[in-house]
Amino acid sequence: MLWMEKFKKSKFRIFKTFLISKFVFINGIISIVVLGLILAFLIYNSLKFFSSYPFFDFISGTRWSPTVNEKFGFVPLMVGSLEVAFGAILIAVPLGIGVAIYIGELAPRLVRETLKPIIEVLATIPSVVLGFIGLKTVVPFVKNIFSLSIGLTALSGSIILAFMSLPTIISISEDAINAVPNGLRNASLALGANKWETTYKIVVPTASSGILAAVMLGLGRIIGETMAVLMITGNSPRIVFSWLQPVRTITATIAAEMGETVQGGLHYSALFGIGLVLFLVTFLTNFTADRFVNRIRNII
Amino acid sequence: MKRKNLIQKFWNYLLLFITLIVVVFVLGIIIYLIVKGLPALSWEFITQKPEAGMRGGGIFPAILGTLYLIIGTIIFSLPVGIFAALYLNEYASKNRLTRIIRLSIVNVSGVPSVVFGLFGLGFFVILLKFGKSILAGSLTLALLILPVIITASEEALKTVPDSYRQASLALGATKWQTVIKVILPQALPGIVTGSVIGIGRAAGETAPIIFTVAAFSQPNLPNSVFSQVMALPYHLYVLATQVPNAPENIQWGTALVLLLLVLFFTIAGTVIRTRARLRKVNL
Repeated sequence: MLWMEKFKKSKFRIFKTFLISKFVFINGIISIVVLGLILAFLIYNSLKFFSSYPFFDFISGTRWSPTVNEKFGFVPLMVGSLEVAFGAILIAVPLGIGVAIYIGELAPRLVRETLKPIIEVLATIPSVVLGFIGLKTVVPFVKNIFSLSIGLTALSGSIILAFMSLPTIISISEDAINAVPNGLRNASLALGANKWETTYKIVVPTASSGILAAVMLGLGRIIGETMAVLMITGNSPRIVFSWLQPVRTITATIAAEMGETVQGGLHYSALFGIGLVLFLVTFLTNFTADRFVNRIRNII
Repeated sequence: MKRKNLIQKFWNYLLLFITLIVVVFVLGIIIYLIVKGLPALSWEFITQKPEAGMRGGGIFPAILGTLYLIIGTIIFSLPVGIFAALYLNEYASKNRLTRIIRLSIVNVSGVPSVVFGLFGLGFFVILLKFGKSILAGSLTLALLILPVIITASEEALKTVPDSYRQASLALGATKWQTVIKVILPQALPGIVTGSVIGIGRAAGETAPIIFTVAAFSQPNLPNSVFSQVMALPYHLYVLATQVPNAPENIQWGTALVLLLLVLFFTIAGTVIRTRARLRKVNL
């Protein structure tokens, strides 16, 4: 009856293989599950808010005062986030692209190999530590230089966030620059262009969609950053159009107020609501950036 | 001709200058932090509980809490992340589903950390009734670094030559045996490197743990996975913004300990990678 045993064994083997492949598959799709669950939970928990609070009042309301008179106007938070992000991008883009071009194209090998790890270290510094250092250095600096009564301003947040987004912008831009085929460089040099002309007329334009993706991913990081802005932008949910005033971003609002809400209450639900908005904005930013990254992969 | 070279020189120096700004900033932060934080560090500081409303004593409960969270995060994220990478690199065919999986990974890594905090609160703390606990916090952090681990593991798996797979299969091994006994051991150093760096990142995260585990003050050490703990990043936030007149040196000391902890993971990861490379060369 040996064949029976063998048959059973092989049947068990097939079953085992089936189980293993299903098990691996379930792990494989985990990121889809996570993304779906996050979205589902944000929607589920914000339903109460969006069904009971007039949507128009939310999207165009100019006052965010959830505890005093239950006003959930989104405009001050949006303005705060945009102001900080705009300032940060303004600082980070020239710095980031400059460093990427220098390290990726111009620097001698030894210089590049020394500088790259230093910039990578910046990516590992926790945001709460950067926020803390910003609080102790950038905030007094901004206060003194503009002789303000308080240094907790949108500008202080922009400065720290700019440096926070630099590792992302630099590393992805540099990847894009490195991906430019050497044939293009050599052709340009052969035609008599010097190194710099080749860099800015051939290499940078060819890498531009990758650089754009890098900037968008950096922007995604800036918009989603929480702790540093919570600590140094002053947390004042008023609409101000000045970089030298305290503001309050979407992320900081969630982090600052969630602790004091009643579970399942309107305020609680409203915070999930602005979390949903935040999720959608960063999702769109990353999605678009990913498109650009794929495009450059296909070109080259 | 001369003008052309002058322009080139100008841009070269300008970009060098910009690069130096960034480098000086990074080094400046680290040196400043060390100079300010080092005087606070002592054996007592890292082994004692906070005293006098966090204005004295040490930060031991926060360090311990963060270590517990790191362990929990590793337990929940590493196996799933590695198997996810195995699926993508060894099992998945190039189809629509695989594309969607890759897109999801990119997007999960782009989700703001505070949104992970919201999710952890809604799902683990409230729906699954874990409460504010080590369990809920570790699970939230595990989801946060999952993309890092998957990406790092996949990169490592890609470096295993196809001939190894073919040789193993030709010897009669099943796919699973090949994966477990041939491919994984080869890819392990790369997987560990990427994961260790990712875990360092998780250790420094604050926003995801505020609502899911971190206690403002919890001098008693945790006794189960359902305990709340203090955690270094949140403790630093509390010291810097919530405790009036917290002594400067305690704040800087806490920041330095947190940075050292995170850097430890990064350096450990790099060392593992370098050693693995050397060993491969020696073979």
